[in-house]
Amino acid sequence: MIVNDKKLPDLPPPASTVGLVGWMRTNLFSSPTYTVLTLIVAYLLWITVIPAIQWAFINADWAGDSRDACTSGGACWVFIGARFNQFIYGFYPETEYWRIDVLFVMLAILIAALVYEGTPKRGWISAFTLIVFPIIAFFLLYGGSFGLEVVETHKWGGLSLTLVLALVGIVASLPIGVLLALGRRSEMPVVRSFCTVFIEMWRGVPLITILFMASVMLPLFAPEEIDFDKLLRALIGITLFQSAYMAEVIRGGLQAIPKGQYEAADALGLSYWKKMGLIVLPQALKIMIPGIVNTFIALFKDTSLVLIIGLFDLLAIVQAALSDPKWLGYSIEGYTFVAFVFWVFCFGMSRYSQFLERKLHTGHGAR
Amino acid sequence: MKKITSLAAVSAIAMGMASGAQAASATLDAVKEKGFVQCGVSTGLPGFSNPDEKGNWQGMDVDVCRAVAAATLGDASKVKYIPLTAKERFTALQSGEIDVLSRNTTWTQTRDTTLGLNFAGVNYYDGQGFMISKNLGVKSALELDGAAVCIQSGTTTELNLSDYFREHKMSFSPVVFDTSDQTVKGFEAGRCDVLTSDQSQLYALRIKLANPDSAMVLPEVISKEPLGPVVRQGDDLWFNIVKWSLNAMINAEELGLTSANIDKMKESSNPGVRRFVGMEGPKGSGMELSDDWAYQIVKQVGSYGEAFERNVGSGSPLQIDRGVNALWSKGGFLYAPPMR
Repeated sequence: MIVNDKKLPDLPPPASTVGLVGWMRTNLFSSPTYTVLTLIVAYLLWITVIPAIQWAFINADWAGDSRDACTSGGACWVFIGARFNQFIYGFYPETEYWRIDVLFVMLAILIAALVYEGTPKRGWISAFTLIVFPIIAFFLLYGGSFGLEVVETHKWGGLSLTLVLALVGIVASLPIGVLLALGRRSEMPVVRSFCTVFIEMWRGVPLITILFMASVMLPLFAPEEIDFDKLLRALIGITLFQSAYMAEVIRGGLQAIPKGQYEAADALGLSYWKKMGLIVLPQALKIMIPGIVNTFIALFKDTSLVLIIGLFDLLAIVQAALSDPKWLGYSIEGYTFVAFVFWVFCFGMSRYSQFLERKLHTGHGAR
Repeated sequence: MKKITSLAAVSAIAMGMASGAQAASATLDAVKEKGFVQCGVSTGLPGFSNPDEKGNWQGMDVDVCRAVAAATLGDASKVKYIPLTAKERFTALQSGEIDVLSRNTTWTQTRDTTLGLNFAGVNYYDGQGFMISKNLGVKSALELDGAAVCIQSGTTTELNLSDYFREHKMSFSPVVFDTSDQTVKGFEAGRCDVLTSDQSQLYALRIKLANPDSAMVLPEVISKEPLGPVVRQGDDLWFNIVKWSLNAMINAEELGLTSANIDKMKESSNPGVRRFVGMEGPKGSGMELSDDWAYQIVKQVGSYGEAFERNVGSGSPLQIDRGVNALWSKGGFLYAPPMR
């Protein structure tokens, strides 16, 4: 008789349930229907993704400086390379590129400092980012003081212009939106009706119309001596438009805060601004993060609408480059590049908002 | 349509107010004071106005701006280019945002008479044409009965097309696209037999084909699209300057002057050349310009022929034929009044 006093080692699970095979069996081929669907999808991927990869990478041309370098039949990234500086800096004078570079680096450092948890004095840094940085950015970009050459706004373009439009829109529309949202819920009839009318008016008009009004109609009514900068007009239009949307997002958040919170704050004898600033808004803003970031992302993409008023944002400058007789016909490469850049920025914002949501989640409601 | 009319009315009223306040040569004074010419160009039209790799604007329309700057300021590079969309262009001119509009703008009666604007000449005679695939074997637009035609929506192209086909008792089926890229792709994919657009653009569209040699442009031109620079009404001196800057480029070609040979030709005894470079004759006095204004244009920008070949002709990928844009003496339409 054999007595085994040692525990036998566990047998490995059947090969058909672990590893790649197991995963595929449970997820892709668990029933005849799924098997058929999997095969169809795999076929569709095969006929779309493979040629796309071949076009974008395998058969692509990367090096060179004219269209003669594009001979292999795939994507001609040479076009992007040859125009890369223009896509980033627009018509900014080449000797002054460093000014935009400095701003890019500053912005990257500030954002990194704000995102990283351990940075000391984050409050001061965020105040610096929101108040001092835009002023520095303006003086660096526009010049005219500290011995810097003036670079007029019609020379701004490309990704740097897109970022200027988006950042100004984002930074300015949030506070205006908060004020408008509070105003719309105010008990003072004048404030309330002003805010309501403002929001409904700006929200009821397409952004394109606003940009058109700003660029086509305003100059006709303004006296001839006043040369209202086109970029400034567009910025004001975008900011006011987005703050109306922002106001409604924030109002949604304010309404989601239980009445008890307002009453508790009142019972403590807090003034209106303290009640809002210390009790209501911190809770409301937290639950509104997805909505706010959604609006920011929409704003970021909406900035490309300025191309219809002749401002060269990233999309418009790629289109202009496509009209160079030397580079006619590379529109797919151009648009792919633009889409990729926009995606990187928007996806970044989206991931950061998810991170914030997780971090600020303190257990209200179901998740 | 009504909206457009009322917009034009508003523009005209605003224009009336603006021009009433102007002195005779306000634009020239302002240009001299600022030190640059503000020139409205397109946001990118191959061969007419488009930015190159370095961000410098180039093209037929851009060369008109440069010629004006060379004549008024003696330096063709002193131009501030304002890219404008089709809808903004007239307002920008009316409101004084630009001094001259050089943006492939067709000279029509409505534009010339109701918008408070003046067309200072024609720098390119364009017209709507057809591009077909060579293996279709068609040699003339009159053989296109029943054809499927690719058109870009929202342009007058469609109207011209149906006029032409109705006039010749032919039928066609339109295939409408939004952008020129889509139109080309549609043509390439065989959605239509023939693609129609302004001839200058057909050549640009042809380059976008995978195999440009497979397509050809038919000789028929079914509409008149004279393109030229535009200025505000009410400043005749400035109007003359723009008009004669263009005329000087055309006359230079007629006299055989180019940017390369003008310094040598300056010494010639040809009275036409001597008047051109400002050694004798009217010089620049009537326009408050320096005596060598025309010399500066040719030296820095070149003659019309040079500009044509450089931007859209043999020196450019577009390879557009001179066609009707040749000098009158060579079978084209270009005819500038003499400079004397």
